[in-house]
Amino acid sequence: MIKINISKTLQGSSGDMSLRVKLDIKEQDFLAISGKSGSGKTTLLRILAGLEDSNGEIEISGISWKDFPVQKRNIGFVFQDYALFENMSVEKNLLFVNDDKKLAKHLLELTQLTSLAKRLPNKLSGGQKQRVALCRAFMKRPKLLLLDEPLSALDPLMRAKLQDDILKLHKEFKTTTIMVSHDPSEIYKLSNRLVVLEDGKIIKDGCAKDILLQTQGSQKFSLKGEILDIVKADIIFIAVVAIGQQIVEIVLDEDESKSFKIGQSVHVSTKAFAPNITA
Amino acid sequence: MIFGLDLEPFLLSFKLAGITTFILFLIALPFSWWLSQTKSRYKPLLEAITSLPIVLPPSVIGFYVLFALSYNSPIGAFFEETFGISLVFNFTGLVIASCFYSFPFMVQPLQSGFESLNKNMIEASFVAGKTKLQTLYFVALPNIKPALLSALIITFAHTVGEFGVVLMVGGSISGETKVASVAIYEMVEIMDYEMAHIYSAIMLTLSFVTLLGVYTFNHKYKKRIGI
Repeated sequence: MIKINISKTLQGSSGDMSLRVKLDIKEQDFLAISGKSGSGKTTLLRILAGLEDSNGEIEISGISWKDFPVQKRNIGFVFQDYALFENMSVEKNLLFVNDDKKLAKHLLELTQLTSLAKRLPNKLSGGQKQRVALCRAFMKRPKLLLLDEPLSALDPLMRAKLQDDILKLHKEFKTTTIMVSHDPSEIYKLSNRLVVLEDGKIIKDGCAKDILLQTQGSQKFSLKGEILDIVKADIIFIAVVAIGQQIVEIVLDEDESKSFKIGQSVHVSTKAFAPNITA
Repeated sequence: MIFGLDLEPFLLSFKLAGITTFILFLIALPFSWWLSQTKSRYKPLLEAITSLPIVLPPSVIGFYVLFALSYNSPIGAFFEETFGISLVFNFTGLVIASCFYSFPFMVQPLQSGFESLNKNMIEASFVAGKTKLQTLYFVALPNIKPALLSALIITFAHTVGEFGVVLMVGGSISGETKVASVAIYEMVEIMDYEMAHIYSAIMLTLSFVTLLGVYTFNHKYKKRIGI
């Protein structure tokens, strides 16, 4: 069991904010943390890693980590910007952490990086770099793996591949993993528990499906979007709404067209029919 | 003597610059690393003190060093009585004075090099279990090669070019403290313009070639790592 009960005062852009988090996490859980920027997600990870100090207690399998410096904590940390050691080859990046050639070879094989072992980081693509960073994080066989928005800089295809890798390694090494993420599909696919932070406090805690599913009552589906434009077409009005990466048109009557503004955040839902799904 | 030229002042200048650069590297490396990492509120104070030699007239530095190291001061008296060595008007005194004089030229490039490194990369090394010192040698230093080269060369060149401090602390003793810059000054004083021209041209050429070398290396290095 991992017991976290910490507090820290943060200087945010809108004044001081107090970060207070109490969490019990079962070992080998995959916990996702989401929330608006500035809600304290990254700081929480950094406190767990020992990169920032805090008040309170962190206990891992009955051992207090409070007084352990970052070097003594058995963790892996994956940064959003990869943070590879630029002067070392892929292989050396791994061996610098722990001189275990067998483990390094195994990790590189698992993530299909073996052919790139001798390359320097500046000769790798973003996805390759992040796979190296992921392997590097496992070289200490960490008890706790911390991922700070690891895939947010990558394209969707690369994300899917990395998500598989993360899940594979999480299971094989039996780590407890905490990942900061904004991507609902990623959270749904990887985690078995989701915590939502707002202004330094936990406002939601549960399984990803319960928290992420946006429908209410008898709604068949409900999608969150933003109104880009409202145009008049003969006697009706059409709202152009951006939903994720897609743009759709929704028909409005005159009253509705007046009640919405361009730039407004809205939910697009339907209950009258079952949506068709095609490949 | 080559072609009637007394090369001793040049040799002395380069010996002084070499020793000064070596000593300063050892002192400035941990210091600039600490400066780049610290959140101490005394950091601006230390930075200001470090930068003083850049703005102070060399004669002022020379005067204070002379005052501090002479037999009349506690430090000077201690060295004279304990080890029997005098710290002024000899080569040892020059080295000490040069270290003060050139300190910021070693610290500043190193510090800005360290500060420009990706902080997450440094933290990744801590997460990997490495101490601050291990991180300095294996991660930080290899990733600031242009800044490192700049620091070494600029310190060396700056020491070769020093004049006021050397004259104040060392005087002009042939083979001991008469470095190239002082020798040129003396030639002009006795109106030996021909020798002054030759010596100055040598200094100019060496300085230019050194700086050209540094900038060429940095240009190529940055191109290679794709900045």
